Amino acid sequence: MKQKMMCCAALLPLLTTSLAFAQDQEHGGHHHSESMEPMDHGQHQAQPGTVPADGHQGHQGHRNPYSTASLHNAPNQPDHVMDHEVLLTKVTIDQLEAREHQGSALEGSLWFGGDFNKLWLKTEIEREEGETTNSELQALYSRAVAPYWDFQAGVRHDFKLEGGDSKSWATIGFNGLAPYFFEVDSALFIGEDGDSALRLEAEYELLFTQQWILSPEIEMNFYGQNDPESHTGSGLSDIEAGLRLRYEFTPQFAPYFGVHYEKKFGNTADFVRTEGEATSETTWVIGLYTWF
Amino acid sequence: MNNSRKSSQLALPSLSRRRFVTGMAAGATLLGAPVASSASAQRNNPTPQPLRGNHFDLQVNYLPVNFTGRERTAVAVNGSLPGPVLRWKEGDTVTLNVTNHLAHDTSIHWHGIILPSNMDGVPGLSFNGIRPGETFKYQFQVNQSGTYWYHSHSDFQEQIGHYGAIVIDPAEPDPVAFDRDYVVLLSDWSDDSPHDIYAKLKKEGHYFNRRRRTAGDLWQEIRQKGVAQTWRDREMWNEMRMSDRDISDVTGYTYTYLMNGQTPDANWTALFKRGEKIRLRFINGSAMSIFDIRIPGLKMTVVASDGQNIEPVSVDEFRIGVAETYDVVVEPADDRAYTLFAQTIDRSGYACGTLTPHQELRAEVPSMDYAPVLTHRDMGMGHSGHDMGGMSDMDHSGHDMGNMDGMDHSGHDMGDMQGMDHSSHDMSGMQGMDHSSHNMGSMSGMDHSQHTGHQMPGRTSGLGRAGFGSNAPVQHYPSEYGPGVDMRAQMPANGLHDPGIGLRGHQSRYGRRVLTYADIRNLTPTIDRREPEREIQLHLTGNMERYMWSMDGIKFSDAEPLMLKYGERVRVTLVNDTMMTHPIHLHGMWSELETGDPEYIPRKHTVIAQPGSTISYLVTADAYGRWAYHCHLLYHMPGMFREVRVV
Repeated sequence: MKQKMMCCAALLPLLTTSLAFAQDQEHGGHHHSESMEPMDHGQHQAQPGTVPADGHQGHQGHRNPYSTASLHNAPNQPDHVMDHEVLLTKVTIDQLEAREHQGSALEGSLWFGGDFNKLWLKTEIEREEGETTNSELQALYSRAVAPYWDFQAGVRHDFKLEGGDSKSWATIGFNGLAPYFFEVDSALFIGEDGDSALRLEAEYELLFTQQWILSPEIEMNFYGQNDPESHTGSGLSDIEAGLRLRYEFTPQFAPYFGVHYEKKFGNTADFVRTEGEATSETTWVIGLYTWF
Repeated sequence: MNNSRKSSQLALPSLSRRRFVTGMAAGATLLGAPVASSASAQRNNPTPQPLRGNHFDLQVNYLPVNFTGRERTAVAVNGSLPGPVLRWKEGDTVTLNVTNHLAHDTSIHWHGIILPSNMDGVPGLSFNGIRPGETFKYQFQVNQSGTYWYHSHSDFQEQIGHYGAIVIDPAEPDPVAFDRDYVVLLSDWSDDSPHDIYAKLKKEGHYFNRRRRTAGDLWQEIRQKGVAQTWRDREMWNEMRMSDRDISDVTGYTYTYLMNGQTPDANWTALFKRGEKIRLRFINGSAMSIFDIRIPGLKMTVVASDGQNIEPVSVDEFRIGVAETYDVVVEPADDRAYTLFAQTIDRSGYACGTLTPHQELRAEVPSMDYAPVLTHRDMGMGHSGHDMGGMSDMDHSGHDMGNMDGMDHSGHDMGDMQGMDHSSHDMSGMQGMDHSSHNMGSMSGMDHSQHTGHQMPGRTSGLGRAGFGSNAPVQHYPSEYGPGVDMRAQMPANGLHDPGIGLRGHQSRYGRRVLTYADIRNLTPTIDRREPEREIQLHLTGNMERYMWSMDGIKFSDAEPLMLKYGERVRVTLVNDTMMTHPIHLHGMWSELETGDPEYIPRKHTVIAQPGSTISYLVTADAYGRWAYHCHLLYHMPGMFREVRVV
């Protein structure tokens, strides 16, 4: 427990610096974008043929001090068509599905931003037998730190549910593509009261054809403490696994069906048993994957 | 000689009128045909008209088009897609008043034309662009001849129709004899807006790749090679998180490929009389599509590359990168029709047309060749020490024979195929080549400086001699190590002798001779015979997953200009640290491709850098000013772009 607290304290400055860095990055932060990387060895050296750093005069647009100055139409506009980053928004509905036993689930994300810096929102809502059992939203700053990896930091909020309290967490993690094409999302959560949690998710895609795609996935949740209110116990708390077969009418629109499996472990399982509920469950699902 | 030129000049206007009528007739025929469901809409896309003289008024405006059965709005010059063929005369001063009728800025860049930098038409570098409602007057002297083209350098307008051909008649008698000539401008059309295409690529890099590896492919490989070998073969790709089937970013999944603005169904048609010499001026005006061109049944004599006359080379097939031009002469001996067949590098589609003695006569359209699969070589991972001539004949695609099983050979022109035994592709021989031993772990520990200078005659250190390419070691700059770069070629091969992915081994496979850059010699002697004073090694870099492109790991907006001293002779060596084929275009000055003969160095404006390979050319910095230097794949341009400043 004490260890977790220290961990939390150590993370806070990191979080704030990275967010401040994000602001710094939005405009004109050129050349420093790599300076966070461990691999950076000072990129201004060894660029043959380039001019030394000169305050970026080439694109500031004042008249070329060189021989074209005499030309009647030399450009004086600062804006070059190709020199600004396109900011995009992607909304992904990974799972919007109906489950057996009056269950349903929504898992999705939204990102906004450019190549290196993005704002992410992630949400997970689950309902069972007509009751919402889980409802959370994460807001994260995301920064590209390696060719396939983003570092993500921000906050998570668990909405108040029947019989429980709402809860906020600070979160950091890595999101990206691991070797062998595993999509991985990992996050460490530190709660207001010092609680801690860890979540690991991995997903794979197996193409039967260009349109029939089987997607196995697994999610594991760990907690640093027992919390009877939220029915979570320390250690490995639960595993969710899914196997969904989708048909891509287009890459952006793909209904699926599949099977969803959940199992609770350790103290979490005990809490659930006390409530008289099952510790594991397998349900058929049918749903939609889409992005835009 | 003079005669033939004259006849072509006389013939062209009347021919083009006839061509226009032909296009209409073809549409009408298709309307009457039973399978005309989607073709019905394609009839009225107007064909380009030639304009000649030295004063031109060009109107950039919206144009309703219909290539797929759906109405779309293109941006076009003078109401046709492509725009009019501009016919200039070497030595003339041309005046072009370009009026912008769009709601957005526009521009015209005269691709491959040597002119003052303020006439080059690049917003932000040459001028401010042309505002809505404004007219910009371009005026410059034409000091060259040959086949070129023009296109917008604003936004993504190139994708939606803003391009056209330029043909410059030489002041002196043309060394190329021909009875007629035709412009054959290839392009790619999508019903999606270019911004949508770009956004899709940014959000999901493999969006348009409909040839991704499937479980079935894996099963085929396991059956052929066993689990262990398959695992080893897949290992590098899995480790690197890359697909060996990622050939084109944007494919036939969204593109309809056009020949002179006509879809394959509409079938652009050109007429000839038996015995005539026909000069075909191929221009690749695509946004993203590299084409492989052949005319089954006809040998093509390549007489010019990027507008410049070259020593004639007889080939059966050649690759044309985006923005390149090639002139070929064909001499059909028979009274039959021929298909001009331009399949894309990834074989996801084709543009085609017909060369025929009679309008009604059509030739069979061949089926596309096998789709290529990338190899270790294309990742810059080896074999560079081997003899390159041998390399180009190797059948790399043999690694994926599972893919071959599904091939339809029946459509190929059997004339070309005669004597070929398909069964002779010896799998056991291929298996003997162990590509899998190149593993990333061991590669990273290698001393890169050793893998250099392995094939250049002459000096072994310092700058290689003019005409022979680089001797310098390949070095990766610190800026190449960041989130924006997903690979660095560790042992890049020289791309000079490589016909390119999908064209290797076509001599043994199909009996087709394929043009390589090594075949190209300028027709007239090298003008600037100086040795290069220095060498610039420029790395083409990117991250496919994030869809980011850059040079030396630095994207355009973050980069300093590349400085050249007026009058200097420099060598540029491109190191392609990606697995894509990039056509690199330098504005304002020639890229003098070092093809092994210093006496006859060909001059190009756009040079293909093969995947994981190097290519070298010389540049004489004889044009003051600010110039664009970039990959001509439209959606790579925002990053893989440099300003070159000659001072």
